[in-house]
Amino acid sequence: MREQLTDLEVPDLGLVVLCGASGSGKSTFARRHFADTEIVSSDRCRALVGDDEADQSVTPEAFDLLHAIVDKRLEIGRLTVIDATNTKPADRAPLIELARKWDVLATAVVFDLPLDLCVERSRQRQGRITPEHAVKRQHQTLRRTAKRLRKERFGKVYTLGSAAELDTVTVTRSRLWCDRRHDSGPFDIIGDVHGCHAELLALLGRLGYETGVSPVAHPDGRRAVFVGDLVDRGPGVADVLDLVMSMVEAGSALCIQGNHENKLRRALGRRNVQVTHGLAESLEQLEARGPEFNARVADFLDGLISHYVLDGGDLVVAHAGLPERYHGRSSGRVRSLALYGDTDGESDAYGLPVRYPWADDYRGTAAVVYGHTPVMTPRWVNNTLCLDTGAVFGGELSALRWPEKELVSVPAAQVYYEPTKPLDGADGTSGTPSASLVDIGDVLGKRSVETELQGRITIEADRSAAALEVMSRFAVDPRWLVYLPPTMAPVATSRRPDCLEHPDEAFAYFRKAGIDEVVCQEKHMGSRAVLVVARDATVAAERFGISNDDAGVIVTRTGRPFFSAPGVSGTLLDRFRAAADAAGVWESLGTDWLVVDAEMLPWTAISAELLRRQYAATGAAGTVALDTARQLMADAAGRGADITALASRTADRAAHVASFVHAYRQYCWDTDGAHGIEIAPFQILAAQGQVLARRPHCWHLEQIDALVAASGGVLRRTDRRFVHLDDADSVADATDWWQAMTDAGGEGMVAKPAQTIARSGRGLVLPGVKCRGREYLRIIYGPEYLEPANLERLRKRSLGRKSSLARREFALGIEALDRFVANEHVSRVHECVFGVLALESEPVDPRL
Amino acid sequence: MLVSLTSTTPDATDLGYLLHKHPDRVRTVDVGFGSAHVFYPEASPERCTATLFVEVDPIALARGAKGRAAVSLEHYVNDRPYVASSMLAVALGRLFRTALGGSCDARPHLVTQLLDLEVNLPVLPVRGGERIVRRLFEPLGYEVETAPIALDATFPSWGDSRYHSVRLSGRHTVRRVLEHLFVMLPVLDDRKHYWIGDDEVDKLLRRGGDWLGAHPEATMISRRYLRFGGYTDEALARLADAGADDDIGVDGDVVEAAEAAGQANASGPDVDRPIRLSEQRHLAVLEVVRALGGGRVVDLGCGEGRLLAQLIDEPSISAVLGIDASVASLERAERRLRLDELSERRREQISLLQGALTYTDDRLRGFDIALLVEVVEHVDPDRLDALTEAVFSHASPTAVVVTTPNREHNVNYPHLRVGEMRHRDHRFEWTREEFAAWVREVSESFGYSADTSGIGYEDPDHGPPTQMAVFRRSASAHNEGRGADA
Repeated sequence: MREQLTDLEVPDLGLVVLCGASGSGKSTFARRHFADTEIVSSDRCRALVGDDEADQSVTPEAFDLLHAIVDKRLEIGRLTVIDATNTKPADRAPLIELARKWDVLATAVVFDLPLDLCVERSRQRQGRITPEHAVKRQHQTLRRTAKRLRKERFGKVYTLGSAAELDTVTVTRSRLWCDRRHDSGPFDIIGDVHGCHAELLALLGRLGYETGVSPVAHPDGRRAVFVGDLVDRGPGVADVLDLVMSMVEAGSALCIQGNHENKLRRALGRRNVQVTHGLAESLEQLEARGPEFNARVADFLDGLISHYVLDGGDLVVAHAGLPERYHGRSSGRVRSLALYGDTDGESDAYGLPVRYPWADDYRGTAAVVYGHTPVMTPRWVNNTLCLDTGAVFGGELSALRWPEKELVSVPAAQVYYEPTKPLDGADGTSGTPSASLVDIGDVLGKRSVETELQGRITIEADRSAAALEVMSRFAVDPRWLVYLPPTMAPVATSRRPDCLEHPDEAFAYFRKAGIDEVVCQEKHMGSRAVLVVARDATVAAERFGISNDDAGVIVTRTGRPFFSAPGVSGTLLDRFRAAADAAGVWESLGTDWLVVDAEMLPWTAISAELLRRQYAATGAAGTVALDTARQLMADAAGRGADITALASRTADRAAHVASFVHAYRQYCWDTDGAHGIEIAPFQILAAQGQVLARRPHCWHLEQIDALVAASGGVLRRTDRRFVHLDDADSVADATDWWQAMTDAGGEGMVAKPAQTIARSGRGLVLPGVKCRGREYLRIIYGPEYLEPANLERLRKRSLGRKSSLARREFALGIEALDRFVANEHVSRVHECVFGVLALESEPVDPRL
Repeated sequence: MLVSLTSTTPDATDLGYLLHKHPDRVRTVDVGFGSAHVFYPEASPERCTATLFVEVDPIALARGAKGRAAVSLEHYVNDRPYVASSMLAVALGRLFRTALGGSCDARPHLVTQLLDLEVNLPVLPVRGGERIVRRLFEPLGYEVETAPIALDATFPSWGDSRYHSVRLSGRHTVRRVLEHLFVMLPVLDDRKHYWIGDDEVDKLLRRGGDWLGAHPEATMISRRYLRFGGYTDEALARLADAGADDDIGVDGDVVEAAEAAGQANASGPDVDRPIRLSEQRHLAVLEVVRALGGGRVVDLGCGEGRLLAQLIDEPSISAVLGIDASVASLERAERRLRLDELSERRREQISLLQGALTYTDDRLRGFDIALLVEVVEHVDPDRLDALTEAVFSHASPTAVVVTTPNREHNVNYPHLRVGEMRHRDHRFEWTREEFAAWVREVSESFGYSADTSGIGYEDPDHGPPTQMAVFRRSASAHNEGRGADA
């Protein structure tokens, strides 16, 4: 007689298959222990497809549905309980297959209750009766096959043998061993040690651990996380194990298994192991420590698991790295991938196995830190980092501080082991910093992009379709295109009789949003430009993966190259670089690349054709037509015709056209190649390791002033006023400044929260609102917009949609920078940038 | 916008009777997009001028005739209020309806009287320049004087606008001159005419009934009326507004246009060639597809489906997929192929999908043949590697057929300026050597073998107009991009 089962432990990510004849109590049990949504029941599926729980004729369709639901639940990682008889192996096989497909543990719960009880319960059931012979057959089949359940690859099998057991048993959900999301560190992740004991002590010392005591610990409670391969090859394998085991036991370290630990464990178990790759050294050193130590080592190695998910899911540590779909999963396959990577038996010229470059395709949000393949320098690729810097081969021993993401390394004292092949940077990637291509599936169709600033942003399919055409036909390489600027809403319409826009409304908007201080920046009338500037072509190749000798790009707000003429971009970028050199920006920001938001002047530089076709043409036509008309009207008036009113209106219109021509001329000057072109930067968006777009505007303007001062006239200063909204003088001063600037022909200003990114009770505050000058707006609303009758009608403009777009595009732009700076996969950056372009295709009044 | 009509046949003031507008009064009529006024700057027996001036309401204009919201700024800053366009024709029709109808109750005999008339159009938009004005009006018996209008005196480098000050003089009836203007103003302007509905176009063409048929440019006149009936993608227009002046669309094939107009190769040796180059290309590609054994074929960059239309009738082909970045093109292709009329069985063999060749795309895998017919030259040179990677490595069809222009052959197109390419959207055109080098590089990188050949008349010095490469995947395609393990 077996012991009564009192508790049933199920993994919180897994598949639980209830097996029992009709009436054996499965549904009652399921309802008692699991949430309604966790239970996938065959009866329920029959009802869903065929309206009747008992309709056996729809059984095949019902099971198609059941399997589809299980497939999706396991894909996204939900505990799933199958409530169906599952008495035949053939019923269970597809479920086991799904559990294996999604690398989750499968648990079987067998309801082995007396047949009479099942028949009786089945009969009592309302609405439907399973025939007695059917119940009997199910019962027998289960009895006959239950012993084989382990062989069917159920990880655990529980049997409930009596009604009493069924009533009293409890269910406990357990976390998987690899699931340490609750543990948020801080950590110091340490690369492959390979028996380099002295170097490990030095590194721990550098990291601030007290190495003089045992066990080694950090005074602030930081913990070390070893990526595996502690052993083999090096001189201090036993000492390293001693050190790490004591730390793990004392709770000051975590350790995952490397392939060398796996092999060592098997060797210690005297299993048939080929003694190569430095295993001999390990065994020799362990031999000297005696059997007790070896037993401790064996226990320690047995307890190692293949990967950890840490810090709320933001960090994954696995020896050979791990593709996203296996994070937090558990199977032989996951273990093998985590230990060895994705190999298929091929070998390279050195006889080493060839691995699939998984990190090239990685686009997860969790950072994956790993070791296994020695590299010269650790480098973030698509949010993954290889920390094995070949200490045992005479390289360095490296660590990553988490969440700080700082690298700390110590050099190896000597070459302890000759590498089979030179260290050449072949980590989990194909060698480029980022895969060069984005998949169409990452941009096409209805998309939703998760952003830090504004949550989930939806891109409709027709918008993606429009953006795809423009992006694919005209935009620069997605690897350069790490940002597109958001659209900007104008201020609310002024109530003043003689204008549409006025600073009053800008200040009122920010006051209402609870902002104390804004900065008003001169709005240059040119074309928006984003500069991506690498210090040189080497940096471009390393950081952006672009190896065509370009060291930067200048793109328009739709991502196209700014200049079609060859060399113009290069010249301008050289000038910007020279300014950055002179201002010492590279050093002060600790970067060798920058992303800069700017205005490119003159307007004619990019819009020459538009200007000629549209603006100058309108001006020329208006001037000639109205002048001729005025002459003819004067002649008619001379003949005594009553034409005074018409003539006077026509004179007004002629004056409007003259003002219009005057307005656009302000923004035009002739350029020749790069000669005559000016760049007015107003924000440094990002640099190595940092998204600077979140910094306050005073910081940006200070940096930019330094650049402008050092540029020798190529860069143009942006005038500005900081305004305290509760200080009437400050407000009046800025208003006068705007008035003077726009009277002199300036486009206007942009008012922004001084702190750059601000929230109010109603969500994200607009990052800026534009307030355009009276004369400038002739270019937008037409020469005659200031006629009172026209102005009155134009006041009825609706800003809601534009403001909403501005917020969403802003959030997407910042998200793109966040992802780029975090070294995420190019497609993760591109989906945000693509989203900005897609939103820009939404219908909105183009005059706003 | 304005137009003046002057009579110099005594008694010139008869013009007032003919136009039904008294020379001493100002007549004003609401025409929907503004008010139209007729007044007389001069009215003597020797010389009488009636001026039609339209005060356009720019705000109403921007809102569009049918209440549609305008999608681009161009609708707001607009030459329409000032130029003699289709709107002026509409105003002409309203104010001079009786004269156009050919009745004059007060002086019936004047209707058929030939007068020495002068038309002054101070700002006439002309697509095609002075030449077009002459081609349109001289056959009708006018003496034509034109003077171009400069864009901006401050910026002489910008040159002239597309506007001309035009004076037409000739001996006609008033009715006939009004008819001529009524039809020709929109033709000269050749822009989308917001204010003229399809039924009005019919009316306009009928208006010119008896003289239009005999006009040597009758075809051009009709074509210009009809070219705005089609589809315009407003979402794309919005993005295009963002700073580029490229036409987003299929227009712009310089050689095709010239061929259509019978101008291509005017001095070239294949002037008598019976079929157009694009057709030759399609035939050549079809032949290659057949020789390769057909099977599953994907046309990458299928455009409006001209080639697809031929592929779907080829028996050796079991399935066809057309891929294009432009949804508008795909919609046109769908209409061209009449997909909605095909049987379900045929329908399953043909699909059209939006895609872009600089992105990897799993839907393109598993094909026997991929066609890149006149596509690569539309891709920026520094994005070409992305295309080859996506096609030859990711999609990895058994065979790839590429056609592209041979730049050397361009000397045979006299209407192309030196260095000008055959299509406005071409990012490059290769010489035979450049093409061969690219073919070699792609073959070696992706494990294909390739043969190149030409399509069309083979110029002894400059080669064929189109060059073609047929790539076949080598039996042992090697693994790309794998790193080694330690």
